[in-house]
Amino acid sequence: MHQPSPQCPIFPEILFSNLRPGIGATTLPTTTSLLHKVCNKPHHRTVHVPDGFINAPTSAVTGLVAAGALAVSLRGARRELDERTAPLAGLVAAFIFAVQMLNFPVAAGTSGHLLGGALAAILVGPYTGVLCVSVVLLMQGLLFADGGLTALGVNITVMAVVTTVVAHAVLRGLVKLLPRGHRTVTAASFTAALVSVPAAAVAFTLLYAVGGTTEVAIGKVATAMVGVHVLIGIGEAAITALTVGAVIAVRPDLVYGARGLQQRLKLRVNGELVDAPAASRPEPAPVASRSHHKLWITGLVTSLVLAGFVSFYASASPDGLEKVAHDHGIDKAEKEHRYADSPLADYGVKDVSDARLSGGLAGVIGVGATVAAGSGVFWVVRRRRTAAEAVEAAPSSQAL
Amino acid sequence: MGAGHTHRLYRHGHSPVHALPPHTKLAAVFAFVVVVVSTPREAMWAFALYAVLLAAVASVARVPAGFLLKRLLIEVPFVAFAVLMPFVAEGERVDVLGLSLSLNGLWGAWNVLAKGTLGVAASVLLAATTELRELLLGLQRLKLPPLLVQIASFMIRYGDVITDEMRRMRIARESRGFEARGIRHWGVLAKSAGALFIRSYERGERVHLAMVSRGYAGSMPVIDEVTASRAQWSYALTLPCAALVVCLLGWTL
Repeated sequence: MHQPSPQCPIFPEILFSNLRPGIGATTLPTTTSLLHKVCNKPHHRTVHVPDGFINAPTSAVTGLVAAGALAVSLRGARRELDERTAPLAGLVAAFIFAVQMLNFPVAAGTSGHLLGGALAAILVGPYTGVLCVSVVLLMQGLLFADGGLTALGVNITVMAVVTTVVAHAVLRGLVKLLPRGHRTVTAASFTAALVSVPAAAVAFTLLYAVGGTTEVAIGKVATAMVGVHVLIGIGEAAITALTVGAVIAVRPDLVYGARGLQQRLKLRVNGELVDAPAASRPEPAPVASRSHHKLWITGLVTSLVLAGFVSFYASASPDGLEKVAHDHGIDKAEKEHRYADSPLADYGVKDVSDARLSGGLAGVIGVGATVAAGSGVFWVVRRRRTAAEAVEAAPSSQAL
Repeated sequence: MGAGHTHRLYRHGHSPVHALPPHTKLAAVFAFVVVVVSTPREAMWAFALYAVLLAAVASVARVPAGFLLKRLLIEVPFVAFAVLMPFVAEGERVDVLGLSLSLNGLWGAWNVLAKGTLGVAASVLLAATTELRELLLGLQRLKLPPLLVQIASFMIRYGDVITDEMRRMRIARESRGFEARGIRHWGVLAKSAGALFIRSYERGERVHLAMVSRGYAGSMPVIDEVTASRAQWSYALTLPCAALVVCLLGWTL
């Protein structure tokens, strides 16, 4: 299983700093050249949130969110890849790790590189993608001291979960809407990567608004983060689309986002084109049939705790956005909206005087309502789908 | 484990810190960082004491100061960000050397710098005294899902192989006279990245088949169970406990 791997010829400082030398730089990099290189590409280093940037309670909560997302992804990946999960996801994680070192020159000595979240989602699917990027982040935190240990939850939530899920959602939507074809997948990959990077920036800004340790006007943070990341997103989108296009050209069957685009194999029988019989493939063993309830209950309890805890903690002090609005006098023009009289108005429960307790209660009630509505929609959709499948199955069984 | 399985931050040695079971070290470092992060930023002396504690650990582990300081360079870009804070933060402003700085921002910059540096130093010490395989065993021992640990171990084991594959592709490109100079050349680089993905994925499939033919059925056999005695636990937890005392003093004083 372990094939003998040769002594890594990459220079230690380079592996350590996730950079590789430019062409012709064959000497061992000195500290100054390392410094120079690190400073040349600040965006890669700074996206890993260090310790002390987000306060402890928010870090703990995002840690729980990240753990939940990882648990869901582990189940999902096992469904996508069955018992091949460990080696395949491990190798894809190694690929993400390596491809982050591939320099794409922009102009005048600056260069960028892939962040990889969107690419992972498109190539191997959302669950495996989340796992791979999270493992890369975990190992970077433990082995390379890149990103704080207490900020691991923030890093995983923002860079692995948000990026991958947003990219996957955009890709799915576009592939459904646009005409089928390989070009569609490439174009959709471009858009997915383009949206996913600023989305991660927005998620980070939200976390900063809740638990940032320094009071910077949240408007400023948002403008700076989103502005920079739109630019990064354009580069990421171009590289992702080109890479996905290159993979589709050779092995379209490997691209998760291009599933269902393969042409059926046709056979010419007596001058007529006939569909070839589908290759018999053993169905993967159903893994996820048993403990849906357990998962559902765990999720419910987690979100209840989160909602109660976060709202309790976030308390009565106005959030950053409200503060900005207040500072600039925007809120004077703001009108009380229509539901200001509803029992949950302003995220507090009427008749409960303690602001924190009331906020917490409102959070819990909100989660309950959301879960009820979501479960209802899910139930209806599932009933429709099973009904549709039954209708589809009936004529085909007659034909046989 | 053959060559190529030690990582670059590891520093071989036989100190008492090297000898500790990995999961006790992981738990200690994590607890230490949590304590550091929850210390109030106004207690400046507390952070100095934390630094002294880390220096003591480094000396017990026989990690030279130069090694540690060089590895701390990883946070350089982050320092640049912290330097910006006093200029953009809100609140009352003070004049320092003719510059108008935000008091709040100065505190914020100090907060991030102190806690970030201590966090990086603790991680560097952990990585310098713990072998890769031990680290993975420790993670498993700390009840990280086994599948996640397996994925991490595959990533670590094949990280060098894949990186090396990428290096060979670069050499192949360069020996054909290709030089990436601008956006026009992204297509070629992206094709390399695509080829690298296909090669990684196919290698994963081959690795899986090789494992199956050796009896793999979804879980790895544990051949060297690491255990920690009570004495080892208490030895490892000295660091976070001392830090906790400092932190409590910081809150009360």
